[in-house]
Amino acid sequence: MNKLKIRLKKADFYVFSGCERMIIGLKIAVFSLFFAPGALFASDTAADNYALYCVQCHGLRGDGKGINIRDMSVQPRDHTDAKAMSGRSDAEIFKAIKEGGLAIDKSVQMPPWAEVLSDAEITGLVSYLRTLCKCSNGAGK
Amino acid sequence: MRLPLWCFLSVFYSVAAHAADGDALLQSECAACHNLTGPAAATVAELRTRKAPDLFYAGNKFRREWLVRWLQQPTRVRPAGFLFLNHIKPGAKSDVVDAASLPTHPALDTARATAAADALMNLRPHDALIAKEKLAAGTLSRAMGEMVFDKFSGCLACHLIEPEYGGVSGPELYSAGTRLQAEYIASIVRTPQAWQPKTWMPDKHISDANIVKIVRYLDTLSKENKHE
Repeated sequence: MNKLKIRLKKADFYVFSGCERMIIGLKIAVFSLFFAPGALFASDTAADNYALYCVQCHGLRGDGKGINIRDMSVQPRDHTDAKAMSGRSDAEIFKAIKEGGLAIDKSVQMPPWAEVLSDAEITGLVSYLRTLCKCSNGAGK
Repeated sequence: MRLPLWCFLSVFYSVAAHAADGDALLQSECAACHNLTGPAAATVAELRTRKAPDLFYAGNKFRREWLVRWLQQPTRVRPAGFLFLNHIKPGAKSDVVDAASLPTHPALDTARATAAADALMNLRPHDALIAKEKLAAGTLSRAMGEMVFDKFSGCLACHLIEPEYGGVSGPELYSAGTRLQAEYIASIVRTPQAWQPKTWMPDKHISDANIVKIVRYLDTLSKENKHE
């Protein structure tokens, strides 16, 4: 009888230990998901995202001369144009990328990318565009 | 009249052999370039390593009769290749497609094309996405369709609607009505990222009514253009 009790205690100990390990594991996973998503998922750079989503219209050089422009009714923005690009605030550019051209009274041909890009990735793209135009943030600058 | 057992067995074995031939054919002829098992690419870098469109959901996407015909006489569906990024270069006026870099799809004879098409049609991991699309039969004039497709939705930017008119980073759409299942068209327009997380096709939040109009417009286009 005593032996049985000892065995039960051991078994109980191991069951709780397993649960605890699982809970700790879950806590780490949740923490990673919210505070370090890059550790769980491979992520794309701003240059990757620009290449896949923007180059088709804005071009390999970012000059608005992509492969799709021939029959476009409105030509894409030249991202290397410092004068035009500095006339747009970071917030406006962010909004155009996330919600599309119509959101800033521009062409429907500029799509919304909210479903594929996180806010952090869009912010990264805004910074990337500033490197292409070699211009700073701020309306009218 | 009762059919002899050997008759039933010979039909069964010929069907089974056909399916086995098709599966083997996919492995020997297609798997080197096409992903047949999934999952879809999870990053841009991974996408750039893929040589051809994923086929692991081909049975949810294509029309069988188109596959049988096309595999015997392949034509270019994607004017800038599967992934435009791998086939473009700067040009004088704009970026251009580097035609020399575009691969040519091999042609199969009728028996092999039929076996491959049948095997591809068995690849249906996205039946649930297809089942969500309820499309009533109907037609739409080309003018009305173009209004929704181009003016309201901006799809012309990336897709050809005639062999020499439209954008080229996406697949041509003048034969889409004969190439693709109507429900697939509706689903890929509604939620492109449900099919390919890293597709460069945007989710433009197109309304249900306009999705139906786009499906009907592409059907009209394929009948008018007769490019298959």
